[in-house]
Amino acid sequence: MVLIKRIFAALISCCVSLPLFAGWGDVNMTPGVNALSREIFDLHMTIFWICVVIGALVLGFMVYLIVAFRKKEGDKPAQFDDHPVLEMTWTVLFAVILAVMAIPATFTMIRAYDDAEGDINILITGHQWKWQYEYLEDEVSFFSNLSTDLDQRNNIAPKSDNYLLEVDEPLVIPTNKRIRFLITANDVIHSWWVPDFAVKQDAIPGFINTAWTQVDEEGIFRGQCTELCGQYHGYMPVVVKAVSPEDYELWVNEKKEAKIQQALLTEKLWSTEELYEIGEGVYQTNCVACHQVNGEGLPPVFPALAGSDLVLNDKAKQIEILMEGVQGAAMQSYAEQLSEVDIAAVITYTRKAWGNDASGDGEIVIPKEILDYKNNKL
Amino acid sequence: MSAVIDSHSDDHHHGPAKGITRWLYTTNHKDIGTLYLWFSFLMLFLGGAMAMVIRAELFEPGSQIVSPEFYNQMLTNHGLIMVFGAVMPAFVGLANWIIPMQIGAPDMALPRMNNLSFWILPVAFGILISTFFMEGGGPNFGWTFYAPLSTTYAPPTVTFFIFAVHIMGASSIMGSINIITTILNMRAPGMTFMKMPLFTWTWLITAYLLIAVMPVLAGAVTMMLMDIHFGTSFFNAAGGGDPVLFQHIFWFFGHPEVYIMILPAFGIVSHIIETFSRKPIFGYTSMVYAIASIAILSFIVWAHHMFTVGMPIAGELFFMYTTMLIAIPTGVKVFNWLSTMFKGSISFETPMLFSIAFVALFTIGGLSGLMLAIAPADFQYHDTYFVVAHFHYVLVPGAIFGIIAGVYYWLPKWTGNMYDEVLGKTHFWMSFISVNITFFPMHFVGLAGMPRRIPDYALQFADFNMVISIGAFIFGLTQLLFLFIILKSIFAGKQATSEVWEGAKGLEWTVASPAPYHTFETPPEVK
Repeated sequence: MVLIKRIFAALISCCVSLPLFAGWGDVNMTPGVNALSREIFDLHMTIFWICVVIGALVLGFMVYLIVAFRKKEGDKPAQFDDHPVLEMTWTVLFAVILAVMAIPATFTMIRAYDDAEGDINILITGHQWKWQYEYLEDEVSFFSNLSTDLDQRNNIAPKSDNYLLEVDEPLVIPTNKRIRFLITANDVIHSWWVPDFAVKQDAIPGFINTAWTQVDEEGIFRGQCTELCGQYHGYMPVVVKAVSPEDYELWVNEKKEAKIQQALLTEKLWSTEELYEIGEGVYQTNCVACHQVNGEGLPPVFPALAGSDLVLNDKAKQIEILMEGVQGAAMQSYAEQLSEVDIAAVITYTRKAWGNDASGDGEIVIPKEILDYKNNKL
Repeated sequence: MSAVIDSHSDDHHHGPAKGITRWLYTTNHKDIGTLYLWFSFLMLFLGGAMAMVIRAELFEPGSQIVSPEFYNQMLTNHGLIMVFGAVMPAFVGLANWIIPMQIGAPDMALPRMNNLSFWILPVAFGILISTFFMEGGGPNFGWTFYAPLSTTYAPPTVTFFIFAVHIMGASSIMGSINIITTILNMRAPGMTFMKMPLFTWTWLITAYLLIAVMPVLAGAVTMMLMDIHFGTSFFNAAGGGDPVLFQHIFWFFGHPEVYIMILPAFGIVSHIIETFSRKPIFGYTSMVYAIASIAILSFIVWAHHMFTVGMPIAGELFFMYTTMLIAIPTGVKVFNWLSTMFKGSISFETPMLFSIAFVALFTIGGLSGLMLAIAPADFQYHDTYFVVAHFHYVLVPGAIFGIIAGVYYWLPKWTGNMYDEVLGKTHFWMSFISVNITFFPMHFVGLAGMPRRIPDYALQFADFNMVISIGAFIFGLTQLLFLFIILKSIFAGKQATSEVWEGAKGLEWTVASPAPYHTFETPPEVK
């Protein structure tokens, strides 16, 4: 009954939200927040109306034909079967209409394809299933993960307003500066899309594509990955926060400060409980997608951690896998993505959780060991 | 001497074999056509069931009935099965049944190969579907199977998928060779090329497209196989390969492929509009040239599927212009159909209803295709539901309505009985309304920013998705009615005349209904 009511409500709200009544936003492209996106929007609307007019004429003519030439008693249908002049005329007419569309499209295309350097250059790397942002000038680097929790996705908790379009750390950019994006990927092909910027560029391993924007208003802009990239393709949103240049400076300094603090933490003495607690959080954000909440994984593609001989007894190998990834599998290197503390904590967590504590050697990993691993590599 | 001739003619007039061997060993074009059509119908329901799973999952935001992983398997196999299992075999089935009868030939030129090209199809799809029951599940990388998602990151069953695609390709190539050979060599005396029925013309051109691009697809999957098992790096950037190369190869196959799925429908619809308007087709010559131009252009537009991969601007502009050119021959065809109806005497039996809906809704799909061709705007449309709306408009009310129209049109010729007109019209109206409820709102959610191939979506897309799902369920259920109508006409119904439709033109309407097991053993004379 509730379902029927909801279906009804959906049908009604759709009829009502059709173009005449509601804002265009639900049914049309966004004009966006920069010059290029507005230009593309205008181009879109121009072609759209040309197509609507052509469509209306063709369909209207069809209705006329259906009504006017329906079979009647004693009909004598005409028997003509061509009219070369008319055929030539409409062929030329089509060509003219197409030229009218192609000319503005060409100029917009040239403006979109501007790969000159930006005031700020950001390297965007797609990973299964998160985005990495590296500010080439400011030397800030971080990962941006979906922050919508599993309870919302599984319909246990009510869904927040930005369901599936929210991240733990958005990309921050200053307004009124030319931002150039350098876009690539680490594993499979992804595509970085922010509709408000009219930027959609495939992130391809081994290639660096460019795109650019210059935002003139502060705000939060949301988009998604638009190239099928595996099972959690629908769960890697893009969130960009445009702030004033002053706030941007503050933010950059904060990020740098936090990096120093993080480094100090590796020297601290850690208890098992502390590591376990941090590790649980890290695991929820980074690992559950494949290895699952219960550590059972999804064999054969994603191996189980619970009861795995490697996790139980081979601490060194486990550190190596987290630091280097597994060639030819979805398991990537976390050396760049997570801090030493987080890596040590999540390894500790997997060695203690799901009864692994009892059946394995039960050893924990401390941040110092991760740091040592890194230093030995150098 | 005369005894020899007698036994020879006896041989010729035997009927079909009894039991299962009739179907396993048959070399009769009508039997093989029937097999193809039933196989395609089965695949339509299988692929349709997968679409129902997809729409059930998308009924509301949040996880509904399947996991994201299984959802990806559904959308991949929905695409593969509909393209390779439903639409293509249906057209080959129609070609088998109709082309020999349209050109006055006794059978296909290569009947044994005809048998083989059908019977390896169930094998291919058996292999494809069996992957669902293996460890790691079925293909989950989209029907376009972009590398490296389909190579380095694919489930282990991808090898079975590759093998299945090879077999499907072999079947298509053999089918095309057969069709080309038949049309070129076995036309009745007097049937010159420019007197050939349009369905035969469209299939002749389609068959050439198939022969040209199926080996390209085979090459692509072979390179995948090498990358997966033999250590090559065609598509692996880490080994010096190029993931974009895969897309270029795939779409060099893929774009002609989408015209393979629509050209024969153009032919079917041309016959039907001509018959029910009681007027000769307008601009036969320009129709033929338009089909040929579309086919030729289809080889130089492929990268419009790849505007966002980072091509140089010259590439973007080239593929934008060539793609826009396709609108010219396509527009010519639409105007020719309308001009055929102009000053005609139109009646609206079920095949005609489906054909008119074809012209109207294919026009909508064509116009959204024109929008997608505009490269800078495509940066906003690409990989959203706007694209999903576009290609479903040209494939469902396009290709599939064309097939359905053809089935209704020729069904009395196959079964000897008229189908139930009231049920047929019910089937049409239910399909017509629900297909629009399903696919029209996809334009809206696509423009508003919903990416395709996602198992869950943001809340602002919820209302339209529920409407889309309801439309899809109605459309799916309606096709059961189609099955019932066909079964009914096989077993009962008003006896059809040889002509079936008032004033229908073409050699297939000169033979009895149902068509005898062997037709045109003596070639007819075409004036």
